[in-house]
Amino acid sequence: MENIEIEGTPKTPTIKFNPGEGHLTIQGRSIPENSIEFYKPLVDALEAYGASPKEKTNVNIVLEYFNTSSSKCILDVFKKLEKINADSSGVTINWHYEEDDEDMLEAGEDYQAIINIPFKMIEIEE
Amino acid sequence: MDIFEFYKKMDADDIMLSFKGSVTSELLTSVLQIIEAKMERLNEPSKIKKKVYNVLVESLQNLYHHMDKNEQDIKGHSTVIFMIGNNAKAYSIYTGNYVRNENAEKLQAKLEKINSLNPDELKAYYKEVLNNGMMSDKGGGGLGMIDIARKSGQKLNFRFQQVDNEFSFYSLNINIAKQ
Repeated sequence: MENIEIEGTPKTPTIKFNPGEGHLTIQGRSIPENSIEFYKPLVDALEAYGASPKEKTNVNIVLEYFNTSSSKCILDVFKKLEKINADSSGVTINWHYEEDDEDMLEAGEDYQAIINIPFKMIEIEE
Repeated sequence: MDIFEFYKKMDADDIMLSFKGSVTSELLTSVLQIIEAKMERLNEPSKIKKKVYNVLVESLQNLYHHMDKNEQDIKGHSTVIFMIGNNAKAYSIYTGNYVRNENAEKLQAKLEKINSLNPDELKAYYKEVLNNGMMSDKGGGGLGMIDIARKSGQKLNFRFQQVDNEFSFYSLNINIAKQ
């Protein structure tokens, strides 16, 4: 499988997915008007990765902002990972939030409540 | 038109930016950059900056999707208005757009439901819609207003003014308290 490397823009995050290493990072801002289109390549790649995942899959979410249009797509990404976690690979989601950004911490906890994958909440000091 | 009167009115209401017209993706990008830079210059605490930015993104994108959806539908009623205010106590976001009367009723019921919920109930409702709600092609499938209510921590202040048999004007005001 090929790596995915998408450069960030003011409205979309940097995405790095390395299936060979089992590493996924989503970093930056995710506030596009139409997010389905943006997240589709990643959702498709995770679907393919699920057929033969690495023993461990390590996911880093380092978002500064995301809109509600993205929140559904991020859930889709996590649902793919949930399936991979249940089938074969041990998945960990590292959810980063900036110190005193309670809204971003709470957003992570919302996903944690919905998705059956271990979450690690990681505070980034300013 | 008396521009000075217009200016004084906006000045008295602490308006820092106002716009009336059609909303495009490029316009939203610029407005977000302007407000973010302005808050940076004002040295707002990062917590306030983030809340204002988040609520602004959701409310302006609501206008954008509204236009997108209605372009063919509401000829002559497709422009919108938005204003952003800033005084000692709060940031205020005001939006206004036309809606069809039948949609106004549905929207009003939804806003009233959101206003009837306490913070814990809002959190539960958000998760329910996130997990089960239908995703529209364009938007977050109804999550936007719930998110705005959660982040602002205040009741949504809205009004529908019927214009004729077909249309109403929908106004929304959201405040983000500075402390």
